[in-house]
Amino acid sequence: MAYDKFNILTSTAVPLPIENVDTDQIIPARFLKATERVGFGDNLFRDWRYNHDNTPKADFVLNDPTYSGKILVGGKNFGSGSSREHAAWAVYDYGFRCVVSSFFADIFKNNCLNIGVLPVQVSAEFLEKIYAAIFADPSTQLEINLPEQTITLLPTGEKESFDISVYKKDNMTNGFDDIDYLQSMKTEIEEFATHLPL
Amino acid sequence: MSKTLFDKVWDKHVVRKIEGGPDVLFIDRHLIHEVTSPVAFLGLKSRGATVLYPNRTFATADHNTPTINQHLPVSDPLSANQLKALETNSAEYGISHWGLGHQKNGIVHVVGPEYGITQPGSTIVCGDSHTSTHGAFGAIAFGIGTSEVEMVLAAQCIMQQKPKSMRINITGSLGYGVTPKDVALFIISKLTTSGATGYFVEYAGEVFEKMSMEGRMTVCNLSIEMGARGGMIAPDQTTYEYVAGREFTPKAEAWDKAMAYWLTLKTDADAVFDKEYTFDGSSIEPMITYGTNPGMGMGISNAIPDAEQVEGGVATYEKSLNYMGFHEGDSMIGKPVDYVFVGSCTNGRIEDFRAFTSLIKGKHKADNVTAWLVPGSHIVEAQIKEEGLLDILTEAGFTLRQPGCSACLAMNDDKVPAGKYAVSTSNRNFEGRQGPGARTMLASPLVAAAAAITGKVTDPRTLLQEKELV
Repeated sequence: MAYDKFNILTSTAVPLPIENVDTDQIIPARFLKATERVGFGDNLFRDWRYNHDNTPKADFVLNDPTYSGKILVGGKNFGSGSSREHAAWAVYDYGFRCVVSSFFADIFKNNCLNIGVLPVQVSAEFLEKIYAAIFADPSTQLEINLPEQTITLLPTGEKESFDISVYKKDNMTNGFDDIDYLQSMKTEIEEFATHLPL
Repeated sequence: MSKTLFDKVWDKHVVRKIEGGPDVLFIDRHLIHEVTSPVAFLGLKSRGATVLYPNRTFATADHNTPTINQHLPVSDPLSANQLKALETNSAEYGISHWGLGHQKNGIVHVVGPEYGITQPGSTIVCGDSHTSTHGAFGAIAFGIGTSEVEMVLAAQCIMQQKPKSMRINITGSLGYGVTPKDVALFIISKLTTSGATGYFVEYAGEVFEKMSMEGRMTVCNLSIEMGARGGMIAPDQTTYEYVAGREFTPKAEAWDKAMAYWLTLKTDADAVFDKEYTFDGSSIEPMITYGTNPGMGMGISNAIPDAEQVEGGVATYEKSLNYMGFHEGDSMIGKPVDYVFVGSCTNGRIEDFRAFTSLIKGKHKADNVTAWLVPGSHIVEAQIKEEGLLDILTEAGFTLRQPGCSACLAMNDDKVPAGKYAVSTSNRNFEGRQGPGARTMLASPLVAAAAAITGKVTDPRTLLQEKELV
């Protein structure tokens, strides 16, 4: 599915300083019954965001008008658990284009990269700095520079670089996906399949 | 150069290495289910692409199916629509479809091995993180997202960075009442829920060598719960005996050719792992979890640790205990239990029901407990009946449901109510996993059995003598 190209993103950020945020929290299983990719943003963090009677929980950060932006800043081991890509869709559909954390679970990270959400892994120290800056001033802007692979706290200019493979970076800056690539090597794949042991 | 088991299987499947990027990995077998495949088929259609090898993909409905009255139409229209989409998509692209009511229907990670789709030395993916289960056969098996499901349908390949390698050795033997589930929960409690992220694990040592295929599947299944993409065990005689003669297993000359390959599937003696752990099997107790991730587990006779003793932030830890209604220093023994769930791709196989039955035999279900016993497949269901286990269960006040994922993720009606406590043989104790507000304690089928008859958390070793346990 096509997604918007990603180059430089400058935005305020939403802090969620909880560790081990699993994909059942990001999108609970009962919201996985759709056969199309629509409406997942409405159920992002459903059970942390709403009470059982569907009224918003005032103390959850997504319900707090103080915080907004296209960047979600999560605690260590973000996106663990189920492989449901719906979690990445929910993050994207809600309006986030980037998730920052000190550590990501593998499958969630891959899913994000495949749908145009940039996972930015920073050091634990830098994550703390980001939280401190946002809590002190919610209008704090972060700059995510994908070509340069840097994340900058704009008020102070403090920055850190982050890793991404050359291939994935190229995909994201151009809005390409892996299937375009794989389809271009169909003959090579078919030839390879004739030599497999099983 | 020396290679690990993982290297051998991975390298055999690399179609192309991309400079500064992932490997293009060929996938031998692709399993799909109703929840994570519909959007992949939509994507395929919108590109005008087709399925490259329909005979390498197998579809079964499991996540979203009822576990009673499966002969009736599915009442939830959204679930019915999703099941219909799987059927229609499979038919359109010529994929084998084992829908609700089909004799081969069942949990994807239970039926794959049962029908011989799962084979040593193969690459297997599915849009489900517990695909790691199939690693028990010495396969590289892992969960993928829906974009990747679409890749496999279109090109039978995915793009993956080769993970780092880890070996976990468990030496010696297990004490009585200690099951493969306890081994896995023990390992996860030591490594934490993210301790193996970025790694692919090989399980080695006497404990795994002596373990049945069912037990190995339980252990490999839970690899994802410590963050590992997957876990695998070198194939041996136990593996070959399990695989032989199943429907999709190679036959005659093809078997000989496959066996020649399978016999190479061992880690070389001097191969080096990026990380290695060794634990003593005799130190493992029956385990139970007390928090909201599978790493928050402990020996059943221990007390809930203080925040300072646990890795990670105090706030997250306290949030977790608050959700469970537990406190630091609490003993788990004697905690009330409202629900018991036996089933899932983790513990929904025949051995699990044998273990459960061995403990409840001649006793009776506690009145305060609602028990859901859900076999992983129709084969398991039939075995339960043929072996006489159903009679024992019925006599003890239990009923058997029909195959499916059920209360493991509570997508169907099998939901634990808010605030209630469940001892569950499944794989995740995340907040709300078994229903909004549900509180889950993960444990083995034996611990589940002890809870089911006493109505509270109970050490199974206090209820039965060693010789009586399966």
